[in-house]
Amino acid sequence: MKYAISSSTGNPDTEFSARFGRCTYFLIVDEGLDNWEKISNPAQNAQGGAGTQVVQYLAEQGVDAVISGRYGPNAYDALDAAGMKAYLADSGTPRQLVNQAQSGSLRLAAGPTGEAMHGQGGRGGRGGGRQ
Amino acid sequence: MRRIAVASGKGGTGKTTVAVALAESLSQDSEQIVLISDCDVEAPNVHLYLDPDFEQSKAVHVLIPQVDEDICTGCGICSEVCQYNAIILLKDRAMVFPSLCHGCGSCTLNCPENAIREIPNQIGILERGIGNGNIYLRHGLLNPGEPLTVPVIAALRKWNDEFSARIEIIDSPPGASCPVVEAIRRVDFLLLVTEPTPFGLHDLKQAHQVANELGIRTGVIINRDGLGEADIQGYCLDNHIPVLMTIPLDRNIGAGLARGDTLLEIYPEYGDKFRALYEKVDQMLEEAVGP
Repeated sequence: MKYAISSSTGNPDTEFSARFGRCTYFLIVDEGLDNWEKISNPAQNAQGGAGTQVVQYLAEQGVDAVISGRYGPNAYDALDAAGMKAYLADSGTPRQLVNQAQSGSLRLAAGPTGEAMHGQGGRGGRGGGRQ
Repeated sequence: MRRIAVASGKGGTGKTTVAVALAESLSQDSEQIVLISDCDVEAPNVHLYLDPDFEQSKAVHVLIPQVDEDICTGCGICSEVCQYNAIILLKDRAMVFPSLCHGCGSCTLNCPENAIREIPNQIGILERGIGNGNIYLRHGLLNPGEPLTVPVIAALRKWNDEFSARIEIIDSPPGASCPVVEAIRRVDFLLLVTEPTPFGLHDLKQAHQVANELGIRTGVIINRDGLGEADIQGYCLDNHIPVLMTIPLDRNIGAGLARGDTLLEIYPEYGDKFRALYEKVDQMLEEAVGP
């Protein structure tokens, strides 16, 4: 079992990042927790579809389970199709979270947990006049 | 046909109020056939003022890829060329995400096996008809939850003009990005509606920058004058933008608009004011050599 955890620092002993598609780094670790690999998220600045790009990338790396804070509908569908486990975390360091996943105390996402992200904003619509 | 767009940057400054007032003023002059195109496809509301019978409608589609899994070899070229990550390769199979697809066709063109065909995915509709005051109205409606406004705006603007209108007034969406660019490109003149608040001024600057990039001549209408202290006049003076009209902050206007009355129904004298504004725009365009 190979895990990927979203992170803003790339350090397994600092707080994880709840962002999935647009986190700064992923930490990839094997079951024994001894080989931590820090990779820059290739989808960080994607125009759109960061979540789907990340899932394809992580699948190519042979990742079996991901740990993050929330998953949008496209990311969730992609994880589902890839057969990857999607764990949901509130707080903790990547090391703690993998331990929790292994001991069964981390819950799995049962569906998308965030709204569609549609890029990083800038899509018009300031909408002060909207009801 | 002469095309005048109304935009603002900030939402809620009075774009639709101004667009409807201008259309109503010009159509009172019986020689003019006026068409108003409501390009705020996420929340169109010109029809609420003009109450048209929509006699015609047309579906808007984007073409999304469908992969024939019997032919697909899982080479992944489609996912490499997709700029929107709308098609990805998982377990050697291409998976399509229609809500991310912009319909550009790159995957289909680049597939070495010809395993992809494009199928239409409806994202909205266009409607048109004749409203109060003999004003011709058309608008786009994006399906709820669809993220792509631009194809609907583009389709609306390309819809053949069966009205043979002499003047088209385009009500732009708020903001200063792609949907606004699509709504205001290739117009003759842009009216920027703003309000004297820090938000109005900030977003006016952004919208003005977009207009400059597109090489469109602009004029400003200050709405709800007296609402705040932001120096709209100063900004316009410094940037050589004519202030073409000032509409005061007036409770009667707010209350009337909230009832669904148009500005001209509330204060008929705005008919003359908007006809004078149009004359002035006309003059500026006649004098202009190039944009």
